[in-house]
Amino acid sequence: MSEQMTGAKMIVEALKEQGVDTVFGYPGGAVLPIYDEIFQQNAIRHILVRHEQGAVHAAEGYARSTGKPGVVLVTSGPGATNAVTGLTDALMDSIPIVCLTGQVPTFMIGSDAFQEADTVGITRPCTKMNWLVKETDALADTIHQAFHIATEGRPGPVLVDIPKDVQFATGQYTTKPKAKVSHYQPKVKGDINVITALVEAMEQAERPVFYTGGGVINSGDKASTLLRELVEATGFPITSTLMGLGSYPASGEKWLGMLGMHGTYEANLAMHGCDLMINIGARFDDRITGRIADFSPKSRKAHVDIDPSSINKVIHADFPIIGDVGHVLEDLLKVWKSRGRKTNSAAVQTWWTQIEAWKAIRCLDYKQDGPTIKPQYALERLEALTKDHKARYITTEVGQHQMWAAQYLGFNEPNRWMTSGGLGTMGYGFPASVGVQVAHPDALVINVAGEASWLMNMQEMGTAVQYRLPVKQFILNNERLGMVRQWQELLHGERYSESWSEALPDFVKLAEAFGAKGILCSDPKDLDDAIMEMLNYDGPVIFDCVVEKHENCFPMIPSGKAHNEMLLGEAETQGVIGDAGGVLV
Amino acid sequence: MALNIEQGSTSHSAYDLRSHMSDAIETHTLAILVENEPGVLARVIGLFSGRGYNIESLTVAEVDHGGHRSRITIVTSGTPQVIQQIRMQLERMVPVHEVSDLTVEGPFVSRELALIKVVAKGEHRVEALRIAEIFRCNVVDSTLESFVFELTGMPEKIDAFTDLMRPLGDVRLARTGVAAIARGL
Repeated sequence: MSEQMTGAKMIVEALKEQGVDTVFGYPGGAVLPIYDEIFQQNAIRHILVRHEQGAVHAAEGYARSTGKPGVVLVTSGPGATNAVTGLTDALMDSIPIVCLTGQVPTFMIGSDAFQEADTVGITRPCTKMNWLVKETDALADTIHQAFHIATEGRPGPVLVDIPKDVQFATGQYTTKPKAKVSHYQPKVKGDINVITALVEAMEQAERPVFYTGGGVINSGDKASTLLRELVEATGFPITSTLMGLGSYPASGEKWLGMLGMHGTYEANLAMHGCDLMINIGARFDDRITGRIADFSPKSRKAHVDIDPSSINKVIHADFPIIGDVGHVLEDLLKVWKSRGRKTNSAAVQTWWTQIEAWKAIRCLDYKQDGPTIKPQYALERLEALTKDHKARYITTEVGQHQMWAAQYLGFNEPNRWMTSGGLGTMGYGFPASVGVQVAHPDALVINVAGEASWLMNMQEMGTAVQYRLPVKQFILNNERLGMVRQWQELLHGERYSESWSEALPDFVKLAEAFGAKGILCSDPKDLDDAIMEMLNYDGPVIFDCVVEKHENCFPMIPSGKAHNEMLLGEAETQGVIGDAGGVLV
Repeated sequence: MALNIEQGSTSHSAYDLRSHMSDAIETHTLAILVENEPGVLARVIGLFSGRGYNIESLTVAEVDHGGHRSRITIVTSGTPQVIQQIRMQLERMVPVHEVSDLTVEGPFVSRELALIKVVAKGEHRVEALRIAEIFRCNVVDSTLESFVFELTGMPEKIDAFTDLMRPLGDVRLARTGVAAIARGL
């Protein structure tokens, strides 16, 4: 197909050719020609969000749960600037997003026209790449390139800014196979010599640990399958970052739980005490490493990452492997098998004995007593009542509830857990849940939220109701900015500056006002029934779960501390060391 | 419950505030071959400002019209770890084709061009011309009260020349920044 058409039609044709079935967007003056084309076709479904930030987070939820790029369409000026938070979020968490923005006509650019903003200038630092298209002939080619760059290598958001006159003008359509082949072709195969050296180290390692991240999930299902095979075959323990949950099943025998600032005792001490750390698709984030100087001091470290700039950025890698996780794991397994499937099993057995002793601390223990629901209890009950659902997807907002969800919910498959890790965007979870539900209409989609985060994008209730998306908003309502409050308690002399959620809405009435269902639960005895009522309702639900207001999230590694300086909360070591509540281990 | 962390200590933060980069600062010259398209220079400069890297000098011009390539030469400084990061961060940029750290990759030639206007009369004017001859400057403009000298060389040579000119009169200076290329094949 090589034909003349308007720029607006080209956009729809190019999206179809890229296999796009859903676009999240919001119309406005500078994108009206594109919306006119969307109106006249049925191949692409447009989901009308209620705020452009919501469009990008919904597209992120769609992308994260399907492995396909998410597509966003917004207008110029405020449409584009509202999308900036979502684009930055996608950049930090390596989520493939193609964002199309309208722009004022080319002859008006620079004149401070109505709804004009320097969109490519504003979004340059928060996209992997962006373009201002000034000629209709270049439009289709640019969109095909945009999809290529968003999905190849380390995925990320890209943006194409399209002036209105370019949408109206007629030009030559470029098909996907004829589009300019970008020089951007990241290396996917790792250096086999370094992989072999790593296998040798694995054969000798006495205290190995796998440390996996979002890169495993971004690499695709095959990477998760290979990771599981490698872990089971070697018998090495495995922990994961927040972004990597689900690539190895939480029900697996070798699973230590999440690591990092609010990770488990056993995962963090295994990281601290290991002699071989195998980082697969994670990036030594500061929430993971704690104090750099004391990070896993006795280990040799392997680092597998498709982004060369991630390697040696924070932590020196003894075995740097640049490549795609799936390809590297395939080669790693091949080399390890060909050398006789060896491990230092006696030493690894001793290592497991140590790990079991750490596990016996039961760092996630808490006490549910009294008439108030503990947030941990709410999540444990949610887990118990939903874990057998064949397609359960969880999104979260940001804060204490997010960490508790990571601790108390188990993920056995990749792409089932959508959370804002790098940027930590409050207001992410609700629109993300909308995007997940659009992609998986029959799935159970739950957004575990805090009341403060949830209010940041609550306008998306309109979207959920309009498209009959039965998303469950499970709000752990402590009437506080919980994580802020926790830091103020622990580090700022209990001066709770501006961390109350004053003047909260009645969430049940709020749900009803939108035409959805609201459920209020504040008694632990009613919790199971209330959760079942939420699950059995065919439509969007706001679940106002009123929880303990002063609960802190433990374990916790205060920033600037090492992994072995973790604070435990209600775990069994409490009282042994003192009455301070939290203890330095 | 409170942790009793001393006010102002680095643990009193959501971040580890201690710098773990105590290595010596090095100066490196990087040659970056980029796609010649709008916004590339902004993207490269944005990387430096956004991540807190230094730019001591920067030059850019198209070097291959048919192939749409420009070469950016950047002189930057930082610890060895920062220099390595700068290189890798540049290499991952979509419109960047090739990054060479000339300082690491072997001997290289680097030159800068300066136009130096010296406004002086009498003995000072004669002295300025004499020194300019020693430095092998070209005189590209002359009036009865001024010269414009063209000088090419290492940045240090230009610094030395301008230092000598300042006592002789009013000095105005335009410099191009460093262009650099590897020696040999």
